Amino acid sequence: MALTRDEIARVAHMARLSLSEEEIEGFAEQLSRILEHVERINQVDVTDVPPTYHAVTLQNVLREDEPQPSLERETVLALAPESEAGCYKVPKITEG
Amino acid sequence: MSGMTHILSAARLNRLFLAGELSAVEIAESALSRIAKVEPQVGAFLHVAAEHVLDRAKKLDARRRAGDNEFGPLAGVPIAVKDNICTCGMETTCASRMLKGYVSPYDATVVERLRASGAMIIGKTNMDEFAMGSSGEASAFQTTRNPWDLERVPGGSSSGSAAAVAAGEVPLALGTDTGGSIRQPAAFTGVVGLKPTYGYVSRYGVVSFASSLDQVGPLGHDVEDVARLFEVIAGPDRRDATNAGRTPPELKFGGDPSLAGVRLGVPRELFGQGIDSGVKARVEEAIRQLEDLGATVEECSLPSTEYALSAYYVIALAEASSNLARYDGVRYGFRAAQTGGLTEMYSKTRGEGFGAEVKRRIMLGTYVLSSGHYDAYYRKAQQVRTLVVRDFERAFERFDALVTPTTPFTAWRIGEKIDDPMAMYLGDICTIPVNLAGLPAISVPCGFVDGLPVGMQLIGKHFADAQLLQMAWAYQKVTKHHESRPVLTEEGGR
Amino acid sequence: MSTKWETVIGLEVHVELATETKVWCSCKNEFGAEPNTNVCPVCLALPGSLPVLNARALEYTIKAGLALNCKIQRRSKFDRKNYFYADLPSGYQISQFDLPLCYDGYVDITLKDGTTRRIRIQRIHLETDAGKLVHAGDDVAAADFSLVDFNRAGVPLIEIVTEPDLRSAEEAGLFLEKLRSILKYSGVSDVKMEEGSMRCDVNVSVRPAGSTEFGVRSELKNVNSFSAAVRGIEYEQKRHIRILEEGGQVEQETRSWRDAQGISVLLRSKEDAEDYRYFPEPDLPPVEVTTEEIERIRATLPELPDALMQRLMTEYGLSAYDASVIVAEREYAQWFLQAVELAGADQAKAVANWQINELYRVMNEKELGPDQIPLTPEQLVGMLKLMEKGTITGKIAKTVFDKMVETGKDAETIVKDEGLTQVADEGELLAIAREVVAANPKVFEDWKSGKQSAAQWFVGQIMKRTRGRANPQLALKLVTQALEEQAQK
Repeated sequence: MALTRDEIARVAHMARLSLSEEEIEGFAEQLSRILEHVERINQVDVTDVPPTYHAVTLQNVLREDEPQPSLERETVLALAPESEAGCYKVPKITEG
Repeated sequence: MSGMTHILSAARLNRLFLAGELSAVEIAESALSRIAKVEPQVGAFLHVAAEHVLDRAKKLDARRRAGDNEFGPLAGVPIAVKDNICTCGMETTCASRMLKGYVSPYDATVVERLRASGAMIIGKTNMDEFAMGSSGEASAFQTTRNPWDLERVPGGSSSGSAAAVAAGEVPLALGTDTGGSIRQPAAFTGVVGLKPTYGYVSRYGVVSFASSLDQVGPLGHDVEDVARLFEVIAGPDRRDATNAGRTPPELKFGGDPSLAGVRLGVPRELFGQGIDSGVKARVEEAIRQLEDLGATVEECSLPSTEYALSAYYVIALAEASSNLARYDGVRYGFRAAQTGGLTEMYSKTRGEGFGAEVKRRIMLGTYVLSSGHYDAYYRKAQQVRTLVVRDFERAFERFDALVTPTTPFTAWRIGEKIDDPMAMYLGDICTIPVNLAGLPAISVPCGFVDGLPVGMQLIGKHFADAQLLQMAWAYQKVTKHHESRPVLTEEGGR
Repeated sequence: MSTKWETVIGLEVHVELATETKVWCSCKNEFGAEPNTNVCPVCLALPGSLPVLNARALEYTIKAGLALNCKIQRRSKFDRKNYFYADLPSGYQISQFDLPLCYDGYVDITLKDGTTRRIRIQRIHLETDAGKLVHAGDDVAAADFSLVDFNRAGVPLIEIVTEPDLRSAEEAGLFLEKLRSILKYSGVSDVKMEEGSMRCDVNVSVRPAGSTEFGVRSELKNVNSFSAAVRGIEYEQKRHIRILEEGGQVEQETRSWRDAQGISVLLRSKEDAEDYRYFPEPDLPPVEVTTEEIERIRATLPELPDALMQRLMTEYGLSAYDASVIVAEREYAQWFLQAVELAGADQAKAVANWQINELYRVMNEKELGPDQIPLTPEQLVGMLKLMEKGTITGKIAKTVFDKMVETGKDAETIVKDEGLTQVADEGELLAIAREVVAANPKVFEDWKSGKQSAAQWFVGQIMKRTRGRANPQLALKLVTQALEEQAQK
């Protein structure tokens, strides 16, 4: 399946990746080739085959509802690129 | 003596430390001096924690002098940790610009366990960025070289961990394996590498690439050392819901090596086309030695492995695209210089912070999950995964373990496959089905082709990691491949 | 000729669960803490952290499902909903896509005309709340930057999705009230809209009455109160009808409700709809729920408002109206039942009267919420007992009631301290009666000439002199005696 530049741009936006023109060109070609290989799975008959989401079967792994200490605010905010008034600071929120 | 610790095993170092014949400080200084000597050529470490390891060594020595005899099995042993495993007090960057300078405020469970066992973490090793790659070349910071041939790649993504062990910088290292990232570099650098059963080792604090495939495991010069580290890191952890809550049985090695009664299968799909003839010859020799040890060997079939690679890439990259969404420049890590609003900040941060391979994989993962493609790719891949699982189940009705080459070919030249991602992906054909099924597998050195190491892979049943280690030990007992060391001089070259 | 229109409404209600800790980590689930103090590697999505499901969040979701008459999914799983937003640390929300924990339930609502409507619940799933954005100014778009507090990130949230069964803003309001009441009874949430622990999105469409096909719907977000939901629906309904009557077509879109201005504005059109790329959460194994587990949880459910209302009517003879205002809030019902238990079933109506007429009046005046009832059942029952014994009159009781609320003291203490005991001493009252009769010859003459109301006037005088403490029947008897004595003089 060949991917168009438009599709690459759409996926890049969905993934929040700004790509250069060069990257878009390169990815369109590379991803098309990889997808071509990946599409081999369509040759397999998987009718009535259930999907495997987990490699080892486990269920109901639960935690008791008991509070444990949180991290110090100073510690976590020190990791942040920008903070103010005990909060993380982010640029102007635009829709989309 | 202390100048020679780089040729001693972890087991030996631990014994010498406990006996008071070598102090932890001597061991640490020796390892640091070996690192100082060979690092300029190998480039295995992103961060050498000299101060930390000496401080830790002093404390261990003080405890020992005070008569403390409650030491764990890795007391006094220097260990390298892959840079995608969180360590307090040292950077954890995943070899990505995105996390340059990031110091985790908490330890991964495996790191807690290492510390409790008396191990001395000496530094963080280079890797393909976010563990995405098979050569180490996708690191944002440096290229690690194969100690057997400095013009060649050490494999990946646990490139630095494998190279550090191979170069004698440390006796043991931790790696992670999503599609072969422990076993393939172990094979390329002539060391032993174990990918444990999915769920045996906690993933808490291990930066996720593909959650349903990732597993932490040990790399070392010999099977006993690898088993020792495996026993330390494996076991229950309630902070990881995919942890099986199982403790491995206590491992003992000794007596005459024998594989009497062991049934081994050789999957023909992983032994034919695409496997380098030299590699094939070495593994065939190894199989004969396994037979000599008493094992019965028969050919078998894993028909769905043909599709495993495709299924793997869909699943791994879909999970990765979501796992890497948290790197958004808000709470930690890199943020691109401010220009527009939030959306632009995200895109620029991620566009500039991630390298080409990571972006390629996020793009692919996003695409296969997107509206209209989910059923054709993602769901289909998980169904194919079921077929792969069933293939193994069928094989394990007849066999105790399966034998394959770890990789179809030996280490390639640096730069050789960098522009051909598909060619690189195809090199993982023998290791990937194992991750899809969550099985344990070990790569052990089985000789050389043109001076480059070859690895043999043994694949076991779920939670039969101990059995696999026993088999690998028996093989290692009758061969000398794991004792070969690359020659590294200060001038470089071999 | 104008078409008659029918409005079709479906709701998506988000409710925060009242667990001690968050859903995937052990940070406190607490409202009003200092920003970013209840955070850890998991809820901040630091590299390497992993989620582990809170057992109580699972139990509460199932409990909510049982309270809303849902079936419980025996094998459920979690999925990732992928999108980027500043309040979402991991870049995905852990939610449930195709196997919600609860499905196929219903809530019955009673309309003003007394008829009952059944509103079907399509599903209830467990998911993760996001953090909170603080903007400079109240508008996201106008602020130059935003500040993020992740204390709320990771709080367990259930999303309750109705079928499009509601037909008017009024029905939607009644449904939300009923839902709130049931969830509060079941104890799974505080359901406080003002603290954001209950929020809703509204889907509205309009179609010609009698049509069986649905019209194009718009989704209304940022609806932060019941009254806002009602106003928002009314607004959308009018907007749709206007478009249709002008011959236009309603666009499928997501709109934001601006309650202060009373308008909705376009948030995004169908074309710009997010592609959430749902897929099964690989960090969490599936959840299996056994019949035993479901029954164990069912046994922890208290009597729910519908059943309780029936019981109040049949067992205690309350009117439908009285019963409904008592069960409207869990705290009210508990208060009532406690009082009746202390006072005896024969006092149930008296308790209800005092509760509805006096207690609610005081609470209304003082603007107190149901969790701030200013009187204990013991206080009320103590007062009722004094009335029964004839220690105080009904009139005095009102004074005692207010003083109990004011001081928190019990009725007996107040009556004693304030000297409010009913004067039932015949001798004392007769003396007073003689005095007032003697002192008011003109009224006496009225009485003598046959004006019966004059006797009542004298009773009033006695009440005045005793500050209301006289037993009214006794006072009348003694006034009559004093008047007759005077007449014979």
